[in-house]
Amino acid sequence: MSSNHNNKIDNNILGDQTVIKVEKLSKKYILGAKASSSFRELLNTKVKSLTKSRKSNQEKENEFWAVKDVTFNVNDGERLGIIGRNGAGKSTILKMLSRITEPTSGRISISGRVASLLEVGTGFHPELTGRENIYLNGAILGMSRKEIKSKFDEIVSFAEVEKFLDTPVKRYSSGMYVRLAFAVAAHLEPEILIVDEVLAVGDAAFQKKCLGKMKDVSSNGRTVIFVSHNMGAIEQLCNRCILLDKGQIKMDSTDVRSVIKSYFNTLDNGNLPSEWMYDDSEINRNLLNEWFSPTRIAITDKNGKALNMPVSNDTDFYISISGSIKTIDPALTVGYAIYTADNQLLYWTYHTDTEEEKWPKFKQGNVTFISKLPKHLFNEGEYRIELISSLHWRKWLSEPGVTPAHINLSIQGGLSKSPYWMAKRPGMLGPIIEWDTRNDLVPGERRGIVEVG
Amino acid sequence: MEKKDNTNVKMTVIEANKSGKYYWRDLWTYRELFIFLAWRDILVRYKQTIIGVAWSILRPVITMIVLTVIFGKLAGLPSENIPYPILVYSALLPWNFFANSFSEGSNSLIANSNMLSKIYFPRIIVPTSTIVVNILDTAIAFLILFVLMIYYNYFPTMNIVFMPLFFIIALVTTLGASYFISALNVKYRDFRFVVPFIVQFGLYISPVGFASTNIPENFRLLYYLNPMAGVIDGFRWSLLRTDQELFIPGIALAILMSLVIFTIGLSYFRKTEKEFADVI
Ligand SMILES: Nc1ncnc2c1ncn2[C@@H]1O[C@H](COP(=O)(O)OP(=O)(O)OP(=O)(O)O)[C@@H](O)[C@H]1O
Ligand SMILES: [Mg+2]
Repeated sequence: MSSNHNNKIDNNILGDQTVIKVEKLSKKYILGAKASSSFRELLNTKVKSLTKSRKSNQEKENEFWAVKDVTFNVNDGERLGIIGRNGAGKSTILKMLSRITEPTSGRISISGRVASLLEVGTGFHPELTGRENIYLNGAILGMSRKEIKSKFDEIVSFAEVEKFLDTPVKRYSSGMYVRLAFAVAAHLEPEILIVDEVLAVGDAAFQKKCLGKMKDVSSNGRTVIFVSHNMGAIEQLCNRCILLDKGQIKMDSTDVRSVIKSYFNTLDNGNLPSEWMYDDSEINRNLLNEWFSPTRIAITDKNGKALNMPVSNDTDFYISISGSIKTIDPALTVGYAIYTADNQLLYWTYHTDTEEEKWPKFKQGNVTFISKLPKHLFNEGEYRIELISSLHWRKWLSEPGVTPAHINLSIQGGLSKSPYWMAKRPGMLGPIIEWDTRNDLVPGERRGIVEVG
Repeated sequence: MEKKDNTNVKMTVIEANKSGKYYWRDLWTYRELFIFLAWRDILVRYKQTIIGVAWSILRPVITMIVLTVIFGKLAGLPSENIPYPILVYSALLPWNFFANSFSEGSNSLIANSNMLSKIYFPRIIVPTSTIVVNILDTAIAFLILFVLMIYYNYFPTMNIVFMPLFFIIALVTTLGASYFISALNVKYRDFRFVVPFIVQFGLYISPVGFASTNIPENFRLLYYLNPMAGVIDGFRWSLLRTDQELFIPGIALAILMSLVIFTIGLSYFRKTEKEFADVI
């Protein structure tokens, strides 16, 4: 039995309202623990530790606190958003809450059934059909067979895959795959739902649909913990928000807007929106490959020096994409996709957009692609730029819409020299279109041609 | 600390080094996942029905032919009036069960690494559920034995009722070995190279291609430190008409060894499983 008698035992040992209680939660990782996963290295380190009796300095240096002394409570029916930069420890907290990984110290008490959705489509098997995967994935997410059966039709219609139910999912388009995967998860009915970043996949229409579904879930009074980089979604969905920075809580408030604001402030200090660097966080690892592993993407001047945001629309600014090439493949294509703040795609562009003779020859090692962004094209406001890289027609290396490699472009001022155009105008773009005014073109002439013809 | 109140709210307390607290509760909660994973493996294996079934028949038959030729024809080992193919095949049934389940089981955690790092469930379900499809394979391979027996006009005795007993020893050995190596595999990927070696080597030291009466008397007890040797003897004894008495000390030792392997495997697995998600 419990040795802990100081908790009030009423209706529920956490007190009336609290469903999750997190106390001084910490998680330590040993960096490089993953890399040394060969038996020979184990023998090596064992031999070394025999010769050196004390814990080596190097090992201490490699210790790293992904989450440090985090304390918070979640009340019944609360919709808590957790935001923070890449590597802030958001996913680690969710993993501890869902018991995937064990805390190094601290304590979590949960009352109620928890379902966590850290990824859509976990456990999907490509050889199995849509129908089979619904059952399998449901079971993996903790649904009983009876539950899945009763929700089956709903899931199928939400995913819009009726016609492909008996097709192996390896033949699905990536959109269909994601829709199906999300549909299964969306029909979970736990008391507490934990969601990480799943809205980052799929197209805009589908994201909207998912967000709607998540709203339904939370309006039913269920407790939701939601991690996302999509501040719009956080603002719409959550009634409380925690800002996490380097594993610690920076801010915790029911004024979601103000938390988001201070998140943007922390970003500005680090100049992060306009610069992306590869770090070894989980979502970035998919970007590693032998053909082109991106290391940095930034809005820069023409020498590759990062520019502070916002930039003025009448300056020259460039996008620099750096990365490393291990294996040379002539089909390597690198470019970017640019979206407006409300997620409308403006255009895609590749370094191979010119005739073949002008394409660069690749060498092994580091490479930087620099491309000038057209000045006086964009409107005032925020844009998102996503890395595109692929082996042309063969393989996505970084697929727009899905890739974690993206930066923000923020444009303010410098729209035009015109005194009539000082502020932002409606529209996705704000180009200065050339106008010519002539007196020698008489409209009547055209009419004359029509009459003759 | 588990407390259920009248509204039936599930309480969970998570702390460092306490992951074993809800072990049995969780195993029960996730029993359906076990069934679904086993069902997935079966579906995937038999998806291309013809190839799937053909493979589970063809593999033991080919091995049987090879071993019969090498040991029966070329080496001319004695077979106590049992048709050599039947002698070999009755040993191949438990051996192939072990070899295939062990190979797949050892690799199972790595193969499902995505699941381990994204959802919680009792990890033991993964290596355990891979056994199920191999039990089915073994059942199919069993049918071939009956075909062989009809062909050679050779029929088993009542001892056949003891066969499940020996199968259980094989099962316990296989589970223990799979737990151990699959857990080691998560941390030290090199171990996947060790598995084929164990399987290959095991085939030679186990009495698959020959009767265990070929083993010199003074090595006999030592020989049964390999529990599969006991299992194979047991299978032959229960399936074939032989004057040979069951070598009881050998079987007892095999049972003991299988329990030792199981205990070591399971306790190593449980000791390391809480780190799986971090290092995989
Ligand atoms: N298994 C692991 N082994 C070692 N380090 C890890 C492991 N998992 C995460 N980390 C590290 O812990 C830190 C926190 O990671 P976490 O995934 O929680 O960040 P996050 O806030 O979710 O970031 P993102 O926004 O990129 O998803 C990162 O620096 C990451 O590299
Ligand atoms: Mg994360």
